[in-house]
Amino acid sequence: MFLINCPYCGERDQSEFSCGGEAHIVRPKQPTELSDDQWAEYLFMRKNIKGVQFERWNHAHGCRKWFNMVRDTSNDKIHAVYKMGEKPPVE
Amino acid sequence: MTKYRVNKTKHVDQTKTVSFDFDGKSYHGFEGDTLASALLSNGVHLVGRSFKYHRPRGIMSCGSEEPNAICQINEDTDLTEPNVRATEIELYEGLKASSQNCWPSVNFDIGGINNFISSFIPAGFYYKTFMWPKSFWKKIYEPLIRWSAGLGKSPTKPDPELYDHKHVHCDVLIIGGGISGIIASKIAAKNNFKTILIEDKNILGGSTIFQKNENYKINDKYSGEWIYEEIAELKKLDNITIKTRTSLAAYHSYNYLLAKENISDHLPLDKRNGGIRQRLWKIRADKVIVATGAIERPLVFNNNDRPGIMLSNSVKKYLDFYGVSCGLNNVIFTNNDSAYETAVSLKEKGISVEIIDIRKKSNSKIVKNAEQLGVKIYWNSTVVNTFGLRKINSIEIMNLSEDGSNVVGDKNRINCDCLAISGGWTPMVHMHTQSGGKLDFREIDQTFIPNEIDKNHINVGSCNGDFELEEIINNTNKKVKNFLKVSETEFDNTSVLNSKELDKRNIWLLPNYISEGKCKSFIDFQNDSTAKDIKLALREGFKSIEHVKRYTTTGMATDQGKLSNMHALGIIADTAGVKMGTLGTTTFRPPFTPLTFGSIVGRSVGNFFDITRKTSIHEWHIQNDAKFENVGQWKRPWYYPINEEGLHDAVQRESKAARDSAGILDASTLGKIDIQGTDASEFLNRVYTNAWSKLGIGKCRYGLMLNEDGMVYDDGVTTRLGENHYLMTTTTGGAANVLSKLEDYLQTEWPELDVYLTSVTDHYSTASICGPNSKKILTKIFPDKDFSDDAFPHMSYQNGKIDEINCRIMRISFTGELSYEINIESKFGKSLWEKCIEAGKEFKITPYGTETMHLLRAEKGFIIVGQDTDGTMTPIDLQMDWIVSKKKYDFIGKRSLYRSDTIREDRKQLVGLLTDDPNEILEEGAQIVSDMSKKPVEMIGHVTSSYFSPNLNKSIALAVVKSGKKLNGQKLIVPMENKNINVTVSESVFLDKENKRINA
Repeated sequence: MFLINCPYCGERDQSEFSCGGEAHIVRPKQPTELSDDQWAEYLFMRKNIKGVQFERWNHAHGCRKWFNMVRDTSNDKIHAVYKMGEKPPVE
Repeated sequence: MTKYRVNKTKHVDQTKTVSFDFDGKSYHGFEGDTLASALLSNGVHLVGRSFKYHRPRGIMSCGSEEPNAICQINEDTDLTEPNVRATEIELYEGLKASSQNCWPSVNFDIGGINNFISSFIPAGFYYKTFMWPKSFWKKIYEPLIRWSAGLGKSPTKPDPELYDHKHVHCDVLIIGGGISGIIASKIAAKNNFKTILIEDKNILGGSTIFQKNENYKINDKYSGEWIYEEIAELKKLDNITIKTRTSLAAYHSYNYLLAKENISDHLPLDKRNGGIRQRLWKIRADKVIVATGAIERPLVFNNNDRPGIMLSNSVKKYLDFYGVSCGLNNVIFTNNDSAYETAVSLKEKGISVEIIDIRKKSNSKIVKNAEQLGVKIYWNSTVVNTFGLRKINSIEIMNLSEDGSNVVGDKNRINCDCLAISGGWTPMVHMHTQSGGKLDFREIDQTFIPNEIDKNHINVGSCNGDFELEEIINNTNKKVKNFLKVSETEFDNTSVLNSKELDKRNIWLLPNYISEGKCKSFIDFQNDSTAKDIKLALREGFKSIEHVKRYTTTGMATDQGKLSNMHALGIIADTAGVKMGTLGTTTFRPPFTPLTFGSIVGRSVGNFFDITRKTSIHEWHIQNDAKFENVGQWKRPWYYPINEEGLHDAVQRESKAARDSAGILDASTLGKIDIQGTDASEFLNRVYTNAWSKLGIGKCRYGLMLNEDGMVYDDGVTTRLGENHYLMTTTTGGAANVLSKLEDYLQTEWPELDVYLTSVTDHYSTASICGPNSKKILTKIFPDKDFSDDAFPHMSYQNGKIDEINCRIMRISFTGELSYEINIESKFGKSLWEKCIEAGKEFKITPYGTETMHLLRAEKGFIIVGQDTDGTMTPIDLQMDWIVSKKKYDFIGKRSLYRSDTIREDRKQLVGLLTDDPNEILEEGAQIVSDMSKKPVEMIGHVTSSYFSPNLNKSIALAVVKSGKKLNGQKLIVPMENKNINVTVSESVFLDKENKRINA
């Protein structure tokens, strides 16, 4: 059970949060101009990395804010959390 | 006092007798005993039968690692509990316990025949045998396996006891109250850390508390006396919480731990007073110090499982802690020095003991001590056989060859009534590995020890591989100081005297003159797996320890292999000729010891199992005999039976009334989201498939929401309350998810939009009145209002007042009838409802539930998201092309509507179905086929909604069928178990295709 440092509320139990999958997948601005393959790439393809991964999390039972997290999926170490729109930290 | 109670100790009060029953026979023990120590004091060793071969088994250990002495407690009551370890249960007055896995009794067990046919039931027996003939499975194999499977009996009545959960935070959590745990706790508590110490026994001090040997002294005191004083001091400290009878169950990431506290299990039944039985502690600790100690290893030799064969340190604990001598004529069989402490202790009390040591010689102090006391030692020897049916009576020993691979010389028979075995020590690394820690293999004593990389927990004492007293004290002190950043402690200059072990010899499987195939050398006592089984698995090609474990079931019993896993690994390594360290271990998973279901669920039982949401009108529904349906967490009226009406009759009556005169529905549960902001219109444009910019203030519009993959996600009517203000309704079940999804887009994709979302589902109650007389009823409730079609047209909203209370009136319809919804603050919901009923009385207004609502909308072909859709339906599949804007540049899911897969013409599409026999009602979920002749018959769709329509006087159904759009008028078949139902594809709108009723 992680201890997650919500950028708005501080450290809270994992049970207050929900994970929204891979981060930094931007919804295309002109979806109609994309081929099926390009759209499928946005819609379906996720990296599912074993190791350091950028993820979206939502403080669902708290401030309800979405934010990003850098987490190592192999050992669950959370390296950083940062607000939506902020640049991911450079290692 | 019985002849086995040979010693007085401060831990057992021999003035307080406790009587108890075991297997129907009455015995006496004393306060402070465990069930195991009390049984042993009565000379009872045989306490159960083994799982597979039904061999007689006795108490083997004194703790949670016990594989054999597992009992049923409190038989035949709702409090009965199986698989309780006799070594852990504290004796109380009136305790009733019995053996498991034997029939008719533990002394004479029919299943014991398995022992004699054991060569026919080797490892993998079940996998190999029950494969054929196939027809035997259902009638013969399965019932047989079910009869013989499992240990103990489950209670058949609900658990009457209370369980609790407690959340705590602390600076330092110490797991284990043995010598290293006590040292760590004192350092933490004295240095102002908020400290919690948990210990699974009822007394602190671990195995040090009963030490009284000249060779082990701390500051010139016996180590047992020293720790006694330390504990007394610890208990006086302020910022420490000491929890005994509390066992750690799980160690999760980020120092989140679960511990189970036994609160009343040690009390007589009549003294429990209905209080809390167990409490699950949910602990978030800043730092964790693991001090869980080590478990003594058994030795693996032929017939090493007879009652009376016990772990050596346990024999010592029974003697020095409980005052019970497990035998009067003891033999110790060892490969290390620790067993000599047992020998010395026995000998000092005048009890007969001899030692068989597989080592060639040792000159350590404790060995010399034993020799000086006159203990006979057989060096370089091994036990090759044991005898005694229900309790051991003698053993056979032989000398070992130089390299230990064989036995040499003559057999020598020795009589004994207790054989204490010691194969060295295994650090309890469970907690370390559960937390994600890795292990290193230490060659010298063949142990896995923690490899610490995590900064927030350390392991101290023997669970860290420190076995000598001096190491334990000095290393624990040093590590804890470093961990807590403390510069000096009271333990810095502790003088420790201890006998050091000088010689080691380890043989995982001891050699024998009897051929391997005929030896029963047990590794896992509870699951009856032997060295032979492990070797068979290897011969059959299993290599990974995880596979061998599952194939032989080694380590898979309720003790989770606490005693057996290391020997399994060792024998695999020896047999395969690889180094043990390279094999790795099996995964240590929580819980460390079994948890009760009660402690897991805590107070979340009965009414507290889940949240129940009720509308403000709920009481009225109950008073009017409504039957309820669960929709998400909501209780919704399903139908309102009159007299003895069943579902069908009630729904027919309600449906007819709603179309003929007036019906009223509690629609308060529909999700309501208040949307405000200057970009609210643009936001709706992006989330719904249709256009919203031109919707006038005071108008309502139906909207369909898709997922980004183009599939229908939710629907509902949204009303424009003001220039920048909308009220969105969602499906009852979808409300929370829709809000989350909209928030997600707003926060992450479109942060530039000025839009604010607020859930107001609980803030407003909604009464929905429909039917040709609804206008008249509304006019009665709002006499000042003009309800003419011109002044108040369909799909519009107006504010109204009832007795000065503001409300919103929407003229919208989910039934196809003339229909109004009145929204009012929830606290006035019930009085609004009662007013509507009163006003509707002259029109026989009929309350209707969800079932009638479903029927009415089906007559009109309106979909229910989640019933007629399943996450694979696009609006095009639903024949709702009309609601998908062609002009809008983008909305959620738009691009997916012309992916190659979504434009396929043979997708399943929504159609209506009419049965050829109008009285035949289809079953929802039934499969649809077109051609029965071609095998296998292709299923081309299924029924999603089906009702008998009283207004059309025939059966109607909605279905999704492959290429359904093209099939209008075609005959299809719905095959059921006993008949085939002929149906014809129709349009999905059955009633009032011209939409006349909406303005009736």
